Amino acid sequence: MNKVKELPGEAIVAATQSPSIGNSFLAYLQRVRGGDMGALPAVLGLVVLCAVFAVARPSFVTAINFANLFTQGAAITLIAMGLVFVLLLGEIDLSAGFASGVCAAVLAVTLTSAGLPWYVCVAAAIVTGVLIGTVLGTLVAKVGIPSFVVTLAAFLAFQGLVLVLVDEGTNISIRNSVIVAIANRNLPPWLGWALYALCVAVFAGVQLRRARTRAKRGLTADPMSLIAFRVGMLALFAGLAVFALNLERSRNPELVSLTGVPIVVPLILVLLVVWTVVLRRTAFGRHLYAVGGNAEAARRAGIPVDRLKISAFVICSSMAAIGGIVAASRASSVDPNTGGSSVLLYAVGAAVIGGTSLFGGKGRVLDAVMGGAVVAVIENGMGLMGYGASVKYLVTGSVLLLAAGVDAMARKRAAAAGLR
Amino acid sequence: MTPLLEVRGIDKSFGPVKVLHKVEFTAYAGEVTALVGDNGAGKSTLVKCVGGIYPIDDGEIHFDGRPVQVHSPRDAGELGIEIVYQDLALCDNLDIVQNMFLGRERRRGPLLDEDSMEELAERTLSSLSVRTVKSIRQQVSSLSGGQRQTVAIAKAVLWNSKVVILDEPTAALGVAQTAQVLELVRRLADTGLAVVLISHNMNDVFAVSDRIAALYLGRMAAQVKTADVTHAQVVELITSGRSGDLGLKNGVTP
Repeated sequence: MNKVKELPGEAIVAATQSPSIGNSFLAYLQRVRGGDMGALPAVLGLVVLCAVFAVARPSFVTAINFANLFTQGAAITLIAMGLVFVLLLGEIDLSAGFASGVCAAVLAVTLTSAGLPWYVCVAAAIVTGVLIGTVLGTLVAKVGIPSFVVTLAAFLAFQGLVLVLVDEGTNISIRNSVIVAIANRNLPPWLGWALYALCVAVFAGVQLRRARTRAKRGLTADPMSLIAFRVGMLALFAGLAVFALNLERSRNPELVSLTGVPIVVPLILVLLVVWTVVLRRTAFGRHLYAVGGNAEAARRAGIPVDRLKISAFVICSSMAAIGGIVAASRASSVDPNTGGSSVLLYAVGAAVIGGTSLFGGKGRVLDAVMGGAVVAVIENGMGLMGYGASVKYLVTGSVLLLAAGVDAMARKRAAAAGLR
Repeated sequence: MTPLLEVRGIDKSFGPVKVLHKVEFTAYAGEVTALVGDNGAGKSTLVKCVGGIYPIDDGEIHFDGRPVQVHSPRDAGELGIEIVYQDLALCDNLDIVQNMFLGRERRRGPLLDEDSMEELAERTLSSLSVRTVKSIRQQVSSLSGGQRQTVAIAKAVLWNSKVVILDEPTAALGVAQTAQVLELVRRLADTGLAVVLISHNMNDVFAVSDRIAALYLGRMAAQVKTADVTHAQVVELITSGRSGDLGLKNGVTP
C-alpha cells in the first residue's frame, strides 16, 4: 500500500537517438573504443600488409597473383568458417585441419580406388565430416571431456587415419575434371558480372525491405543514407574485385586465355550467406550465442545445450570436409600432409583475426572470411618474398599469438568500458 | 478472496535434513507478499518447490483455488508462475529483446520474427513504465545492475505470468537502483499480479509489501498484514520465530 515515489528516468524506451548516418558512425566509434572492434583489425591488417608487400614485391599486385590469393586462402577460410561455430560456444576444435585431411583422403580414395562418380565421393567426404563432428561433439557434450583434450587426441589420431587411408604415405593424384575445376577453373567473365549484379541487387533489396517493414511498424529503422552507403561500398569493392579477376592473367593469351572469377569464390559466398542467415536469423543461431554468453542462463531458458554443442562440432567438421575437398582440388592430389602443418593454426588465426572471440559468445562467419583474407595475403606475400619454412613457421606462430592477444585485450577493454 | 497461490502443509527433506515442516503460504493477486527469514530458514527451498525445481515430499499446492501438480519449471511456467533468481540468468552478449525471448523466440517460418519480438518487448517495458534504458537493442553487458534486474523482471512478466517470485532483487543494488526496482515491484502488483518478494532488507519489505510471511527454521512462523506489525516484531519473528501473541508456540506449533 505504500507507494514508492516516481523516479525521474533518463530517457523513454525506444525513443532513441535519431537514426542518421552520423549517429550510426558515432555509435560504431564508441563500440570500437569500448573494445568491440569487430573486423576492424582484419581490415587494417589487410591494408597494411597489402601496402608492404606491394612495395616490396611489385609482382604482388598483378592480376594473376590477385586470383591466386583467392584460391590459396579458400581452404583455410572454409575451415575457419566452421571453426566460428565451435568458438562461439567457447570451445575449440584443434582437429579441424586433419579432419579436412581425412575427408580429402576419403574423397581421393573413393574417387580413384573405388572409381565412384565425383558427387558420390564429395558426399562421402562430407558425411565423413559429419561423423567426425558427431563423435567429437558427443565426447565433449555428453561425456564431458574438455574440447581441448578431445580434439588434441583427434588431431593425433587423424594424422594416423590419413596415413592409413593414403596407404602409408603415397600421393594420390586426382584427375576428375569436376573436382579439379573447383579450385583451378574460373567462371566466364559475363557470369562473374551477372553474379555481381545479383549479389548487389539482393543485398540492396533485403536492406530496403527490412527498413521499410520496420518503419511501417514504428520501429527504429536504418536511415536511407546508411543503407545507400553500405550498398555503395559493397558495389564498389566487389565491382573492383570482379573487374580485376576478369583481367587477362595468362602469360600467353593467344595460346590459352585465363580470366574470370575463380569457382571457389561463389562457393565461399554461398556458404557465407547460408551460415550468416543461420547464425543471425534462426533460433538455432541465437541459441549458439546464448550458450557462448551464459550457458547456465541458456539451460534455464530450456535450450538443449548438449544438442547444440554437438551440432556446432558437426558444422565445424563438415566445413572442414569442404575445406579438405577444396585443398585436394587445388593440389590435384591428396597426401599425408593435406590439412596438416599450419592449416589448423592458420584457420584458428583467421577466425580470431576476423574478430571471433576465443572466449565464446562473439563472432560472425564474415569474420572468418576477413581473417582468411589476411592469412592468405601473409602466406602469399611471404612466398613472393622467398622466405623459407623457418620464417613461415615463426610468422604462423606470431600471427596466432597476435590474434589471440588482440582478442584478450579487447575483452579487457570491454570489461573496463562496462561492456562485459 | 481466494489466494492465487496457496501452499498447504508442504514437507521437504534433503536426506536426513528436514528443511520445510508443514509450511503454509499464500499469495494474493494484486499484492506483494514478502517472504522473510534468516539464512537457512527455507525461503529458497520453498520457492524452488513452488517453481517445480524440487519435488515436494508432502503437502499440496493450490493455484487459483484448485490443486495442481508442479513437477518441472515448465509446469510452473504453464501455470503462470515465473521465478527471477538472484543471478538473473541473462546473456551478456545478447540484447534486451533477445534476452527477454530467449528459448521462446517467435518465428515466421524458419526465421526469427525480430520485429514482432521487438514490438512486444517494447510494449511490456512500457507497460511497466520502464524508462531507464536507452534502446531495447542495447546489449545487456552495457546495462547497470538495476537495469539488468528490470530486464529479468520484464522477461518474467512477458509470458502472461500470474505469479512472479523475486529472489532478493535488491541485494546487489545501490540506493537509487533499489528504489527503482522496488517501484517496479509495486507496479507489478498494481497491474494485478501476485508478487512474492524474498528479501533480507526490512526497509524494502516495509516499503512495498502488503503481507509478510516469516519463516523460522523451516516453519512458517506467521503470515501477517504489513500494516498490522512493526519493524521490531518482524525482526523478532525472523530471529526467534515468535513475537508476543504472534508466531510459533514452543518453537513448533503455529
